[in-house]
Amino acid sequence: MRKTLLVVSLVLGLAVAPSAQSDATVLLNAAGATFPYPIYSKWFDVYHQQHGNIQINYQSIGSGGGIRQLQAGTVDFGASDRPMSDEQLGQAKFKILHFPTVLGAVIPTYNIAGVTGELNFTQKALAGIYLGQITKWNDPEIANANKGVNLPSADIVVVHRSDGSGTSYIWTDFLAKASSDWKSKVGADTSVNWPVGLGGKGNEGVSGLIKQTPNSIGYIELIYALQNNIPYGKVQNAAGKFVKADLAGVTAAAEKASKEIPDDFRVSITNAPGPASYPISSFTWLLIPAQISDGAKREAIKGFLKWMLNDGQGYNEALSYAKLPKPIVTKELKAISQIQ
Amino acid sequence: MDRARLLWRKSLNGVMLTLTGVSAFAVVSVLFLILGYLLWNGGSSLNWDFFTKLPKPVGETGGGMANAIIGSLKLLLLAALMGLPVGLLAGVYLAEFGSKTFAFVIRYTTDLLNGVPSIVIGIFAYSLVVLPVKHFSALAGGVALGMMVIPITVRSTEEFLRSVPGSLREGAMALGASKWKTIATVILPAASGGILTGMLLALARVAGETAPLLFTAFSNRFWSPGWGQPTASLPVMIYTYAIAPYDDWHRQAWAAGLVLLLLVLLANLGCRLALSRGGSARSV
Amino acid sequence: MSTTATTIAQAPSQPSGGARAFVQRLRHGDEIAHLITLTFAAGILLLTSMLVYELWVNSHLSRAKFGWLFFWTRTWDPMFGDFGAAPFIYGTLITSIVSLVIAVPLGLSAAIFLAELAPRRISDSISFLIDLLAAVPSVIYGLLGIFIVVPLVRTTIGPLLINTLGHVPAIGKLFRPPNYGVGFLTAGIVLAIMVVPFIISVSREVLLTVPRDQREAALALGATRWESTWQVVVPWARTGIMGSIFLALARALGETMAVTMVIGNDPKIVASLLAPGYTIAAVIANEFTEATGDLYLSALIELGLVLFLMTFILNGLARILIVATERGGGHP
Repeated sequence: MRKTLLVVSLVLGLAVAPSAQSDATVLLNAAGATFPYPIYSKWFDVYHQQHGNIQINYQSIGSGGGIRQLQAGTVDFGASDRPMSDEQLGQAKFKILHFPTVLGAVIPTYNIAGVTGELNFTQKALAGIYLGQITKWNDPEIANANKGVNLPSADIVVVHRSDGSGTSYIWTDFLAKASSDWKSKVGADTSVNWPVGLGGKGNEGVSGLIKQTPNSIGYIELIYALQNNIPYGKVQNAAGKFVKADLAGVTAAAEKASKEIPDDFRVSITNAPGPASYPISSFTWLLIPAQISDGAKREAIKGFLKWMLNDGQGYNEALSYAKLPKPIVTKELKAISQIQ
Repeated sequence: MDRARLLWRKSLNGVMLTLTGVSAFAVVSVLFLILGYLLWNGGSSLNWDFFTKLPKPVGETGGGMANAIIGSLKLLLLAALMGLPVGLLAGVYLAEFGSKTFAFVIRYTTDLLNGVPSIVIGIFAYSLVVLPVKHFSALAGGVALGMMVIPITVRSTEEFLRSVPGSLREGAMALGASKWKTIATVILPAASGGILTGMLLALARVAGETAPLLFTAFSNRFWSPGWGQPTASLPVMIYTYAIAPYDDWHRQAWAAGLVLLLLVLLANLGCRLALSRGGSARSV
Repeated sequence: MSTTATTIAQAPSQPSGGARAFVQRLRHGDEIAHLITLTFAAGILLLTSMLVYELWVNSHLSRAKFGWLFFWTRTWDPMFGDFGAAPFIYGTLITSIVSLVIAVPLGLSAAIFLAELAPRRISDSISFLIDLLAAVPSVIYGLLGIFIVVPLVRTTIGPLLINTLGHVPAIGKLFRPPNYGVGFLTAGIVLAIMVVPFIISVSREVLLTVPRDQREAALALGATRWESTWQVVVPWARTGIMGSIFLALARALGETMAVTMVIGNDPKIVASLLAPGYTIAAVIANEFTEATGDLYLSALIELGLVLFLMTFILNGLARILIVATERGGGHP
């Protein structure tokens, strides 16, 4: 009996202890996109080390989850690679502001025995693969763009997201612009009725599936391919050039938007014009309620946003996300004052 | 001809009986396979960091699951506080006081609750505890797990109370004890060994549950203070890390799996040994 | 009668209010105890009713919009707001059936071994170990599923089945490429390992209750050991064994984590067992936290209600069958 009491009090003590350390701890819960998860987890970790009393717990459950939980009010802010639609904004009982955080790229990755280099993918090829119309790796549409590469006649294993995903939105948004067939049959959204393929949960799940499944193709955010040594291909952009995803290509894609971005920061930059643009680039946003009644939370969020737009951007490139263009940063800093 | 038929029957006999033995050993060997595989892959990853550090940012190696271990303990504590008393007292009711029809209804309902898939219990706990306060919390996770603890506890409590010899009851009654006094001072202590092990088994069962925690306790990369915040837990961490591509995360998932499995198996081992020594060990 | 009981000092702290007052307090105490335990027991009833109520109410939107068509619709399209349960019901049933096809022969023969052949001590220790297998958390089965079973099905079992059974006329349809490693078969295999302990432990108990004289009569008539077991003992216990199968089925239907990690998460109805699929529990686990839109969430909860009903019916049947065997003994 005594032992049980000891154990129980030990656990209770441990449960209470961390909160006893800091008297003014601000705990923020956030959830959403897996696309920027690596940079967000780095940011929140660094921020916590600099401001020991602020803890931002971010769970990457997908952009759809971020939007949903924010609407339900179970998280303090959300994150999504898909800007909320007017309908979704209307469903929320409060006003929600979008704040772009980084620029990233969605890339086609693959796992083909013997192919370690970069494949070139035309827009038609990607749309055809995901529509289930192109089924073998040595299909002419792929082979013609990759002369000299020994493509097997194996079946293509298509991988997509099983959860509601902003990355899916970016990918399908691009495919809808690349192929009118895709646009009419499937459309662009965080969750679509995929014609073919296996579903993985999160960018993490898709990367995992690709790594373990031979002859597979999938779409993930750039950093996941780099961190896991998965080869990825070049994509043909609107100007017809095959561009590999990198900081320069993504920044080039955002150039037009950086001058003309709307006031609510909702914009799509897939299939951007320009010879150097990487066609499957995107902003990703933090979704912040315009009204935050808890003063400590409000100040913590505003403080984090300011830090993110200045010091935070310095961490982007190490994780292969591009920095936000200067005009957008300026505009956002002004927009922070809208949070009350 | 008769001899041929006899030979056929005899060889069939030998073959089938051997097959049954092979099946039994095959099933048992799966257990050792699981244990062995976890030990092989997880054992090497178990280090001091695993038990004391928090998770690192995505893609960086190292870190640990200290918050998940404490989180799981907290969830179990909540489940115990909420589920065990209900299970115990309901079991007492069924064994000692129950009226024919109402007891039947309760037993049926308890069986029903036992059969509810854990993900559905998660949905219920979400709408009951998370939505009203607009907050994922350890409390919600504890409620979900507590609900799962109840049916197992009820059944084992009732069984062990019933197994107390009638002579003990009658002796107490003969000495003039009231019913509740008899229960409290004679029957419960006599059955306490079995009841406690039943409770421990129930807790071991829910310790490994993942699905109901997915949208109740959610998860947390930091320490979770108190009971009203989301908390990391071992099963959810295993799930999250296992489906990800990072090799370091896989490593940690094995280690966590090993820890979880050892805890659950040790609890079961201890309980069942204790039970089989003291009477019928009915599989729960 | 109770008045004479006051001579025993059971309650030393009671003031001496006389025999009658003491008796009244005795009865009062019993009633309180009765009431308290009754309340907690009723609490279980309340909790379960609330659960069913919540499921019913929160699925209202989806039930109103789709009605009975929900069970037949094959699309699951969050974008256009069109939801149907067919692929998930299919996946849930197929994976469970596959698991039973593997687990029942395996489990029953192991149970026969343990009940009929093995010496008591070996039988008890092996039983004990098998019960431990039942205690392994499902996420660990999922972990092992991803890293052991999936590659095994992809590299070995899948191609083997395609090349052998895939050519057989009728069942050949079940084993067609493409073969990814994840899919109905893999989920079925993992589920089989999870439910086999239940089949073994219940079947063993039920087989042990078959009266000795049944066996001995068969043997006396010249049956071999196997014939006596298979043609006399097992049929006697057959309702209980059926009950154990239903129990295992109910467990397989509701299993979430292990399945979602190995089934491929593709809501399609395909004949080939090697194709990826989806189950009710898996889709709820994957999509619940992100179901944007009330109709979407309501459809998921309706799926939860469907699953609940399926397990409810099966568990009920299982209990009836098992109890019937233990009480009366199954008569052939």
